Amino acid sequence: MADKIKKVSIIISKGSLDGVYPGLIMANGARMEGIEANLFFTFFGLDTIISKRMSRIKIATVGNPGMHMASLLGVLPGMSAMATSMMLKTMDKLDIPPVPEFVEMIADAGGKFYACKASVDMFKLKKENLCPQVDSIITVGDFYEIAAGGHIIFT
Amino acid sequence: MPAKQIGNVTIDVDGDGFMTNPLQWTKDVAAALAREEGLAELTAAHWKVIEYLQKELKENGAVPTVRKINKSGIISTKELYEIFPGGPAKKAARIAGLAKPVGCV
Repeated sequence: MADKIKKVSIIISKGSLDGVYPGLIMANGARMEGIEANLFFTFFGLDTIISKRMSRIKIATVGNPGMHMASLLGVLPGMSAMATSMMLKTMDKLDIPPVPEFVEMIADAGGKFYACKASVDMFKLKKENLCPQVDSIITVGDFYEIAAGGHIIFT
Repeated sequence: MPAKQIGNVTIDVDGDGFMTNPLQWTKDVAAALAREEGLAELTAAHWKVIEYLQKELKENGAVPTVRKINKSGIISTKELYEIFPGGPAKKAARIAGLAKPVGCV
């Protein structure tokens, strides 16, 4: 059998529901297998760990072929919110928690959260805008140091 | 199906070492499986989790997720990871004599 994976570092770069969840599920799943997990949030992925935004992550109903919905319908007011709420309900039944609870759960499981410095600067954010689970704001170089010896997953 | 000798009893297990016949489960078997998982001793906190998993399976037909265990008030996620280091859901289920948990969370 191949060697077991001991460490993963997951980069979340997108701020949509389908951009955020896969990375969180991978990180949580890693911890459940006893694998060390680091999460690095960059660009719009930062929304996941911004206190005021983390509970407002939405699914895109426009320009998202995966929704199998005419884009003209997708632009209707409230469409994205409705699709998001339906999806979150389905996920809740599968015990996939809403983003704030999921972040807390992964942190409690020992997963580490990092924010990308370039993105934090670009969006003019400060550490206090981020949720308390965030360990620190780090550079790309720091990230590679933290990720050393493990696998890197970009989402 | 492979069988496994624990002390003077034999248990049936699947390819991953999870028990397949719940009737063969005893507290001694649990303690032996726990030692295999690197837990020298099962504390009161471990037993609380084990009993909860067994009860949930009986009542709902499924091994509860980590989230559900946390919400049950039995133990926090943090403590659960502390007392079952290196994979709480699987380890606890195996020690409790249950099937390997399915599902991604």
